[in-house]
Amino acid sequence: MSDQAILQVENLKVNFDVSAEGDMPWTKPKKLQAVNDISFTLNAGETLGIVGESGCGKSTLARAIVKMVPAESGKVLWLGNNLLSLSDSETRQYRKQIQMIFQDPLASLNPRMNIGEIIAEPLRTHYPKTSESDVKSRVSDVMNKVGLLDNLVNRYPHEFSGGQCQRIGIARALILKPKLIICDEPVSALDVSIQAQVVNLLMDIQQEMELALIFIAHDLSVVKHISTKIMVLYLGNMVELANSNEIYQNPSHPYTQALISAVPIPDPNIEKNKELILIEGDLPSPINPPSGCVFRTRCHKAKEICSKEKPNFIESSTSHSVACHFHD
Amino acid sequence: MIVANKKKIKDMAENFSESGAGRSLWKDARIRFIQNKAATISLFVLLAIVSFSFIGPYFAVWSYEQIDWNAMGSAARVGMPSIESGHYFGTDDLGRDLYSRVIQGTQISLMVGVLGASVAVIVGTLYGATSGYLGGKTDQIMMRIVDILMSIPYMFVLILLLVVFGRSIGMLFIGIGLLSWLDMSRIVRGQTLNLKNKEFIEAAKVTGVSDFKIITRHIVPNLLGIVAVYATLLVPGIILAESFISFLGLGVQEPSTSWGALIKEGSGTISYDTEWQLLFPLAFFVVSLFCFYFIGDGLRDALDPKER
Amino acid sequence: MNLLEVTNLKVRFETADGIVNAVNDVNFSVEEGKILAIVGESGSGKSQTVFAMTGLLDHNGSATGSVKFEGEEILNLSNQKLNKIRAEKIAMIFQDPMTSLNPYVRVSDQMTEVLMHHQGSSKAEALKHSISMLDAVRIPDANNQIRMYPHEFSGGMRQRVMIAMSLLCRPKLLIADEPTTALDVTVQAQIMQLLADLQKDFGMSIILITHDLGVVAGNSDDMLVMYGGEIMEIGKTESLYSKPTHPYTQGLMSAVPRLNDSEERLITIPGNPPNMMKPPEGCPFSPRCNYANDQCSNVSPILSNVDKSDHYRACHVEIEKIV
Repeated sequence: MSDQAILQVENLKVNFDVSAEGDMPWTKPKKLQAVNDISFTLNAGETLGIVGESGCGKSTLARAIVKMVPAESGKVLWLGNNLLSLSDSETRQYRKQIQMIFQDPLASLNPRMNIGEIIAEPLRTHYPKTSESDVKSRVSDVMNKVGLLDNLVNRYPHEFSGGQCQRIGIARALILKPKLIICDEPVSALDVSIQAQVVNLLMDIQQEMELALIFIAHDLSVVKHISTKIMVLYLGNMVELANSNEIYQNPSHPYTQALISAVPIPDPNIEKNKELILIEGDLPSPINPPSGCVFRTRCHKAKEICSKEKPNFIESSTSHSVACHFHD
Repeated sequence: MIVANKKKIKDMAENFSESGAGRSLWKDARIRFIQNKAATISLFVLLAIVSFSFIGPYFAVWSYEQIDWNAMGSAARVGMPSIESGHYFGTDDLGRDLYSRVIQGTQISLMVGVLGASVAVIVGTLYGATSGYLGGKTDQIMMRIVDILMSIPYMFVLILLLVVFGRSIGMLFIGIGLLSWLDMSRIVRGQTLNLKNKEFIEAAKVTGVSDFKIITRHIVPNLLGIVAVYATLLVPGIILAESFISFLGLGVQEPSTSWGALIKEGSGTISYDTEWQLLFPLAFFVVSLFCFYFIGDGLRDALDPKER
Repeated sequence: MNLLEVTNLKVRFETADGIVNAVNDVNFSVEEGKILAIVGESGSGKSQTVFAMTGLLDHNGSATGSVKFEGEEILNLSNQKLNKIRAEKIAMIFQDPMTSLNPYVRVSDQMTEVLMHHQGSSKAEALKHSISMLDAVRIPDANNQIRMYPHEFSGGMRQRVMIAMSLLCRPKLLIADEPTTALDVTVQAQIMQLLADLQKDFGMSIILITHDLGVVAGNSDDMLVMYGGEIMEIGKTESLYSKPTHPYTQGLMSAVPRLNDSEERLITIPGNPPNMMKPPEGCPFSPRCNYANDQCSNVSPILSNVDKSDHYRACHVEIEKIV
């Protein structure tokens, strides 16, 4: 693994306009802060896990990095170039270096195209002059790499099971030999036994191809397995960022602590006697987030200062940063 | 302990024994369509009617505008269906051969239906897909235009057009075709909006596939199913509209004819004991409409993704 | 006495592409006041088993065998009788609460209607009872919240409303079909805790259907592992976790990523779930099983006792080889 940073995200903000029902067309829409001031660095060959509950902005963050949703401010530096200031045609050449895989394996494949066409599409898009025989051999190469037999190229997505569809999605992402793959909840729709296969496959491929991964999930245990470092998001804000073992053994933010304690452990002796840190209440509305620390409305440690001042994201040790006034 | 073993995974990754071509959704749909008896029979009946309208004239003794002076005025006694006289379906009140006229009416009615539906399909699909894919303000404006056009009573406009510009088949096409794409465009737009948020479109965008390719390669093929279904249901609607206009006496011009015009004549003379003048065109009309509806139904069931 | 006894339950579906045997000869029972977890992956037949019991199979499905509830046969009863049982004695909650809540009717009206119809209580009585039930599932400010429409609640709260509604008539048995799958972990923890508390307070039995082995570990007394429409292993939850005797159970347990171990590679079960159109001969798990021999791919194993306890498994391979 090299230590060269391939992706640097600096103070990225994404806002959405939401207009309430019954608003007049000229009423100024409200701003929804989906992603607020996020910064991180990803080195080649590393995996960054992003965890958080639904509505925390993790998918929006991923889509802002690949410019699928427009960012309000901030920078996304890919090998030193700010992607956000590039024009569409300039971005195109970076598209082949960053690929994505999705949550719903079947929905991410066009039902009217056969497997061969689906996997070859990125190749045909970026290298339209590739000869048919080259395309064929490249397709069968990646298919073998993800554990699919290459005589299936003429079949259609609906003939495959969920796990196989996800392998096809991975093959499509790999065909351009990217440097980074963004995985948006790639295993949450899969059965346990298939989940493990796909996670292992991703780890194997990562080692073989020196890939960097951004791995988004709501399941902390899967993320921990695959990630070098983990970022915890709450309501669009980073609350903690640390090495994956560190964050599990030594969670500093009350939200991370609650999140870890909520993960059920498949062992009746531990699970039945475990002390749960339950967080009460609901996620506050992102249109009107709480003042100061966003987590304070559900936090058992909250004091007066939390509503007045937004905690800074500080490094508590070299590989561990946290945004809390009372971190231990 | 079970330990993953790479070779074994590969051996077992696929339980498909045979390689080769897979079943595309179209192939699947075809199989399901064929299993639907009503739809398959309707398809054959419809094909028979269409080929009859092309082959039929070779067996006709009389042309559709030729008057059999013997039968004129005494259709009830002389003009009844018979093989000997060459009037297989009898004659109309003016002594014209109903067999030839039904063939002519079939040709015209089907042509109006199919051409009208094609105009609607092409205009509606392009308009709807563009509106849905572009989204935002453009979409708003384009759909409000459709709303405005929809609020105009369609029959009224059609009748006005025919009265002002004179009765002609061309005018009928334009009138019907230009007004019936509205529903189509709404359906296509809805479907496009739905598709636009599918992950495979997103996947294509992330890869850097151009907008034009996304529309042609990913959106349109996935729209074809619903367009095909709607088009088959649109054809009988247009035939009905044309028949209604002809029934009012505003449709095709004599001596040309259509199902609607024939039915009108037949129903006008029903009290003179010449029921064949109504029954032959009516039978063709009803059977064809049923066929179109059954085929449309069959297509919908065959292409409906919920079934899978 | 067992509250529920299922014997030789079979479920089959007639589809356009052929007959699917979704559930094959399933036998189990639920004791009063206990929680039974049914574990399995998609297509294992776990949901169809309970749908058959409660008469909720799709129109192309049919069930045979016997399901005795409080000693009375309830399988294939008339819809009218089943409706009564479903309302008063066996309640169900689903993954998506909106399947049992009407989006156009206020929660108060939906809840009082159940009570007025099935218990003949007056409107005021029913409302009071409903509010106390919402309190019981810990919905804050129940007095006012009860007047809201279902969509005005968040996902976790909606699940609570559904639980409150299903418990209105004090059912003897609650069937929870993947109740927390669509929820976030922190909300899942709240809901599971709530179910456990309610179970103790009301003294009912629960059948918990899930694919999450973590949830099962913390929240069940007995468990039942299904694969390909058949029972693979059944017994006390503790004994299945401490000593899984079926290769599938074992594989499943080790495939779950755990927070508390640092092993990098996950252990997997090779292959894919069976295609129920063409189920494998013999043991349904044999094509993916590392221990499988000729007998496994020809003869279907029957459930047999392990250690003379109430732990059963369906496997041809000797226990010594597996454990």
